[in-house]
Amino acid sequence: MNILRKKSKANLPFSERVIELFIRLCGISCIIFVFGIFFFVFREGAGFLFNGLNLTEFLTSVEWQPTSLNNKRYGAFALIVGTFSVTTLAMCMAVPFGLGAAIFVSEFCSPKLRETFKIIIELLAAIPSVVWGFIGLTLMNQLIIQVFNAPIGLTMLNGSIMLALMSVPIIVSIAEDALKAVPDSYREAAEALGATRWQVIYRVLLPAAKNGLLAAVLLGAARSIGETMAVLMATGHSVNIPSGPLSWIRTLTATIAAELGEVARGDEHYQVLFIIGILLFTITFVVNLIADLVIKGIRQE
Amino acid sequence: MNYSIEAENLNLWYGDFQALIDVNVKIPHGQITSLIGPSGCGKSTLLRCFNRVNERYGNVTTEGKIEVLGKNIYDTDVSLPELRKAVGMVFQRPNPLPISVYENILFGLRIHSPMRSITKADADAIVEEALKSVFLWTDLKDKLKARATSLQLEQQQKLCIARLLPLKPKIILMDEPCSALDAKGTRAVEELMEILAGTYTFVIVTHNMAQARRVSKECIFMFLGELIEHRETQSLFTDPQHEKTSDYVHMRYG
Ligand SMILES: Nc1ncnc2c1ncn2[C@@H]1O[C@H](COP(=O)(O)OP(=O)(O)OP(=O)(O)O)[C@@H](O)[C@H]1O
Ligand SMILES: [Mg+2]
Repeated sequence: MNILRKKSKANLPFSERVIELFIRLCGISCIIFVFGIFFFVFREGAGFLFNGLNLTEFLTSVEWQPTSLNNKRYGAFALIVGTFSVTTLAMCMAVPFGLGAAIFVSEFCSPKLRETFKIIIELLAAIPSVVWGFIGLTLMNQLIIQVFNAPIGLTMLNGSIMLALMSVPIIVSIAEDALKAVPDSYREAAEALGATRWQVIYRVLLPAAKNGLLAAVLLGAARSIGETMAVLMATGHSVNIPSGPLSWIRTLTATIAAELGEVARGDEHYQVLFIIGILLFTITFVVNLIADLVIKGIRQE
Repeated sequence: MNYSIEAENLNLWYGDFQALIDVNVKIPHGQITSLIGPSGCGKSTLLRCFNRVNERYGNVTTEGKIEVLGKNIYDTDVSLPELRKAVGMVFQRPNPLPISVYENILFGLRIHSPMRSITKADADAIVEEALKSVFLWTDLKDKLKARATSLQLEQQQKLCIARLLPLKPKIILMDEPCSALDAKGTRAVEELMEILAGTYTFVIVTHNMAQARRVSKECIFMFLGELIEHRETQSLFTDPQHEKTSDYVHMRYG
């Protein structure tokens, strides 16, 4: 019976114990990093956040004048609106395309075409965001000027298109997984009752996969909210409450990226930028958390 | 004699593999016909030809003719939704859709009628009638909003039968409908079939020879893709004409 007894830790060979320790460290470090980052961002901003910053003004004022000599103002409302409007518009484009592509890939493709499609979608996901920004700055800029007869093409619309292109791959791959997870017996049951392909999709697949599809949309949105380089380059980067898709805007992320290099460490402006960081962290954390809960919801069923 | 299904020279291939070889069969109207044979002999394949649900697998080639209710279902002008409305199917594993009991029953009607053409009162009446015909009404009348996938297996399988009824099918195909059920569930489904036979033509695939003897009037024995013998059930079991049939009914194939 001795052989069958589970080996206790003490008699594992030394090398295995080292490996186990190493893997354990890797796992724990993930958690440490996340908390570490949050702690660092929070520490840099905390002083001013609790002592000095007018939080109401920060959240509701559109006056962003951090470098003014005699009238410094830290109103981030326009930046918040900028981030949310560009993300919303991006999602309006990315969601129909992403879900449509996911349905196509999982329900209509031949297996061979599906593989090709997946490779292309992964390629799309791998394009660095600065390249998207570059495309926005040059190609899309020209296109918007010509199509809409606009004075300048670096607008919310331009940024949204870039963000849409960046989040489509995420939406497609997560949504496709969700559709794949719908048991084939549901499709068969519906088809045997005489449902056409479209009826199977909108009456059976979409309701059955709705949590996964929602998670796909949320993760796509989280990607858009956090994106920096492309929106910095493509949206005109000017503090403004947009009046339409052709207005220029500025986002929370782009503000940090553009200004952090030029502030003195520890002064008010520096700290405000970190407070924006905390805000962003909170937003994406909440969106990801909701997506996670939604995905968990699927598993429990 | 009236036939619901008549197949002539039916051949079917999955890719290169021939699963049905020159099958000729006539299935009489308004009674239960069972389909028996060893595993892999093509029972499910034959059954799934009758509503063309086989074609879901991309690699299927079919040759020959199948007349269902007097119409060749391989004609180009046949509408698959209409065919499947007339020929319902019950599967081996109960497969209610992941929606409420109520919506499961109405699913067929909803896909076959224009949007919003069913009034609430009609819908309620249809659901009640369908559930009553499968003797689920008393059990489920307070659970109509419950997810169908959360019911007991026996209830799920009966629900799968019930959801065919609002479409007023002529033929109901069943592929081992009791293999996921216990003895009590099996008995209940069999009784249900006996009551519904007459109104509907049943074709049932089964591995359970006792079941075939209990419920079916005629019985078809298949072997390696061929139809070997098709006779009145009792005589097929007591006096088989073919050696293979005799071996099978005396359980020599295991
Ligand atoms: N989709 C498919 N692709 C390829 N071959 C298949 C497919 N479906 C069935 N076959 C083959 O066709 C033959 C008949 O299968 P079928 O499922 O009709 O048998 P069956 O009599 O229903 O068996 P069982 O009693 O195990 O359900 C088997 O040899 C099987 O391997
Ligand atoms: Mg079978």
